[in-house]
Amino acid sequence: MTKDNGTISKQKFMEELRRYQKGSVSRRHFLGVTGLGVATTVLGAAMPGLRPRPAFAAGDIGDRVILATWPNYHDEMNFEAFTEATGAHVQVNVFGSNEEMLAKLQAGGSGWDVFVPTNYTITTYVGEDLITPLDTARLPNYDASAFEQRFSDAGTVDGTLYAVPKNWGTTGFAVNTSKLDGAPVPTTWKEFWDLTMNGYSGRTMVHDYQLTTIGNALKYFGYSFNSVDPNELADAEKLLLEAKPHLFAISSDYQPPMRNGDAWMTMCWTGDGKQLNTDMPEIAYVLGKEGGELWSDYYAIPKGAPHLDAAYALIDFLLNPEVNAKEVLAHGYPSADARTNALLPTDLLEDPILYPAADLLNALEFGAAATLTDPNRAELLARFKSA
Amino acid sequence: MTQKGRNALLLTPAGLWLLVMLVLPLLVVFVFSFGERGAAGGYVPAFTLEQYANLPARWTAFKNTLILAPLGTIAALVIAYPLAYFLAVRCAPRWRTSLLILVIVPFWTSILIRSYAWIFILGGRGLPALLETVGLDDVRLINTPFAVLVGIVYGYLPLMVFPIFVSLDKLDKRLLEASADLGSTPWRTFLQVTLPLSIPGVATGCMLVFILLMGEFLIPSILGGGKVFFVGNALVDLFLQSRNWAYGSAVAMTLVAVMLVTVSVYMKFISRLGGQRDDISLM
Repeated sequence: MTKDNGTISKQKFMEELRRYQKGSVSRRHFLGVTGLGVATTVLGAAMPGLRPRPAFAAGDIGDRVILATWPNYHDEMNFEAFTEATGAHVQVNVFGSNEEMLAKLQAGGSGWDVFVPTNYTITTYVGEDLITPLDTARLPNYDASAFEQRFSDAGTVDGTLYAVPKNWGTTGFAVNTSKLDGAPVPTTWKEFWDLTMNGYSGRTMVHDYQLTTIGNALKYFGYSFNSVDPNELADAEKLLLEAKPHLFAISSDYQPPMRNGDAWMTMCWTGDGKQLNTDMPEIAYVLGKEGGELWSDYYAIPKGAPHLDAAYALIDFLLNPEVNAKEVLAHGYPSADARTNALLPTDLLEDPILYPAADLLNALEFGAAATLTDPNRAELLARFKSA
Repeated sequence: MTQKGRNALLLTPAGLWLLVMLVLPLLVVFVFSFGERGAAGGYVPAFTLEQYANLPARWTAFKNTLILAPLGTIAALVIAYPLAYFLAVRCAPRWRTSLLILVIVPFWTSILIRSYAWIFILGGRGLPALLETVGLDDVRLINTPFAVLVGIVYGYLPLMVFPIFVSLDKLDKRLLEASADLGSTPWRTFLQVTLPLSIPGVATGCMLVFILLMGEFLIPSILGGGKVFFVGNALVDLFLQSRNWAYGSAVAMTLVAVMLVTVSVYMKFISRLGGQRDDISLM
């Protein structure tokens, strides 16, 4: 580019700057002689977005893909491998509730390419025309027959495939048993709420999420997790308001306080329970005997995704059984894909946190679409939070 | 072109800006506040006062905001005034610039990250662990109104320091000498000369901090653990979780009304304090 890329004295630099400002020298000369051109090139090379990218086998898919997903739900190494293979950088947005995802998509201009809706929300996305039907020809790694049906059937609405399974799991609670002072580990939602209002006062967290926080309060009374009955919801609200002064926080990001000991008990999803239990064995993952939520998450593409090619490439990449197996090992959420499970170690496939006993599993319910749109449930949680 | 025509032309850009960025959005919010929530959330046109009738359900959020915003403003003032006084009056001039820069430095980092830092300071392994070593057991700081207060005072302190610093810096030092020459004690000089002359800076700082605090939502949500709710949090919730745009608009309109009232009461109070002086500018 230029031979004059050595150092330059302050005085010389100012002289050149004046010459450039007066218009006696060209911009090219100025950048060359001062070394600023070189500096810019060096800085430019340090920005990954500006570097030339390795070509992707299926053609250029762009430099990024934007994924809206849940906390602690991926293996970062897989994203790096995806970027390596395709040149597209994965930008991750993390959410705490399906309502938040729906609200962003309803408001428009989310900019997402891939999002991760839960089973019971997909019919609403279809009804609101916010989700793109999937072209299976662009997802060679998707094999419908490999998936356990109850965890994959919510992806198809009226015969059209809108979403492919990511992981499934349960919603229970994690409890730090070292703080129980020898008392038995709680096994029911009734004990969860009673312990919150007594021995664990100021140490319990509930999700910032209507489905699970209201659902698990309904379970205290033995009602359905999905109830939209006004009288039953009134009971749940009474319990929630009574428990609120005893809560440590209302948040779906509960791992940091559980790990540092600020919180002792929290509503918890399978993988978070597994991650916590692996690092701190005194934290147990419990499914309430009364029941609770069984769920499965899906990959889907919102209407108007700005990087459609990259979206298909990312979903297909993550559906690859070898990649998916790494995901499961990292986050601890079970997969419904038989091909993936064939690659997983036996002790993980027999882990009671990932695969609970049949009697506990049978008591669980899938979330119902009605809970997502029910105005009373939405307002109940908002009221509980602002109370 | 006539003088009048030129004036109108000069006002056009600012006028257009105000119209597009302030008046029109407020009008949309006003119209929405009489609507209804859609079946899956959002907004459906209607004319009902139902949203306003539901306002009591957000009373606690209004109460928290109306207590913590003034309290935060006063706490920031109490901390900022001595600092600004030191910087403007007492500090050696060669140190002044460096110290002023130190006040701005925190602004170079996002408030989000700085608030997260407070989670660790106020969390169980931070200050409470320190207090435990001196025998104060089981002190809970994080996710309390106190934590939110600490966070907002910390976050908004520079906005209070600078206006006060500027008004003290402009202060004619000969007035202080005159006061001393006439036999006044330093304390009396401060109360009768320095303080009254710095009222414009105090008023500006308080106004800046108070108005921003009334709309605050980030610090309460990070340091309040979802338990210390401001109106701002209630609004975020209504638009981003329960998707009730009509009700959210009604809450937003009410917040605007509450602010208009408190701010005009405050301006009355300040102008009385300043003795009807015309050199007090609030913004």
